[in-house]
Amino acid sequence: MMKIQTKYLGEVQIEETKIIRFSSGIPGFFDETAFVLLDLPDNPAFQILQSVGSENVAFIVTNPYLIYRDYTFHLEDTILENLQIKNEKEVVVLTIVTLKNPFQMSTLNLKAPIIIHSVSGQGKQYILNHENYSPKAPIVPEKSTSVKGD
Amino acid sequence: MNESIQIGDNIEVKILAVEGDQIKLGIDAPKSVDIHRKEIYTAIQQQNNEAANLSPNLLSLLKDNQKKD
Repeated sequence: MMKIQTKYLGEVQIEETKIIRFSSGIPGFFDETAFVLLDLPDNPAFQILQSVGSENVAFIVTNPYLIYRDYTFHLEDTILENLQIKNEKEVVVLTIVTLKNPFQMSTLNLKAPIIIHSVSGQGKQYILNHENYSPKAPIVPEKSTSVKGD
Repeated sequence: MNESIQIGDNIEVKILAVEGDQIKLGIDAPKSVDIHRKEIYTAIQQQNNEAANLSPNLLSLLKDNQKKD
C-alpha cells in the first residue's frame, strides 16, 4: 500500500498493483504516466482517474455504455500491440466527463476514450481517427428518456 | 509524384497527390507512433484541460444529481 494525495478525496491509500500505466501520458498531460481509479463515495456511476504523482491532475470518468449503449469503435492493431491486448474481454473502456453546473450541461469525451488493459495494467487515451464521435457529447443524450443506473 | 521526406530511421512522409490547393500526404511510421490530424489532437488536449480544471466543489453535483433522480 502507498499513500497519495488526491484532488477530490484528500489522502488516499492505494495498492501499487492497481496503478495504471499510461506510457506516453495523455494529450495535454504527457508527463502523467501513472494513474489510479478511485471510487466516488456518493455515486457508483462515476470514478476518479487520479494521477499518482500530481495531486491536482484528476479526471471524472464514467462507463460510456451507461449513457450511450450503442457506442462502438474499432481498436486498431497499434493500440492492441501497445497495450498487449489479446482478448477484448480484457479491455475496460471509460470516458472522461467534463462536469458542468448545471449537471445536465456536462459532456463526455466520446472521441477519445480511455482504454485500459485490465491484465497488463496499461492504459491509453485512444483518439478515434475514423469514428465520428464528439469530444463534447452531451451527458444527457437527446431523445433519451433516462440514464441507466440509479 | 514521388516526393517524400524521411524523418529518422523509420518515419516517411510522402506526398501522394496535389489537387488544386490540397496536398494529400501519406505517412509511414512505426505502430508506436500515434498519427492524428492536428485539429483533432488539439481539441482532445483542450477537452482534457477543461475536464481536469474543475473546481473541487463541482463534485458535489454528482451527489445532488443522484438524489434528484
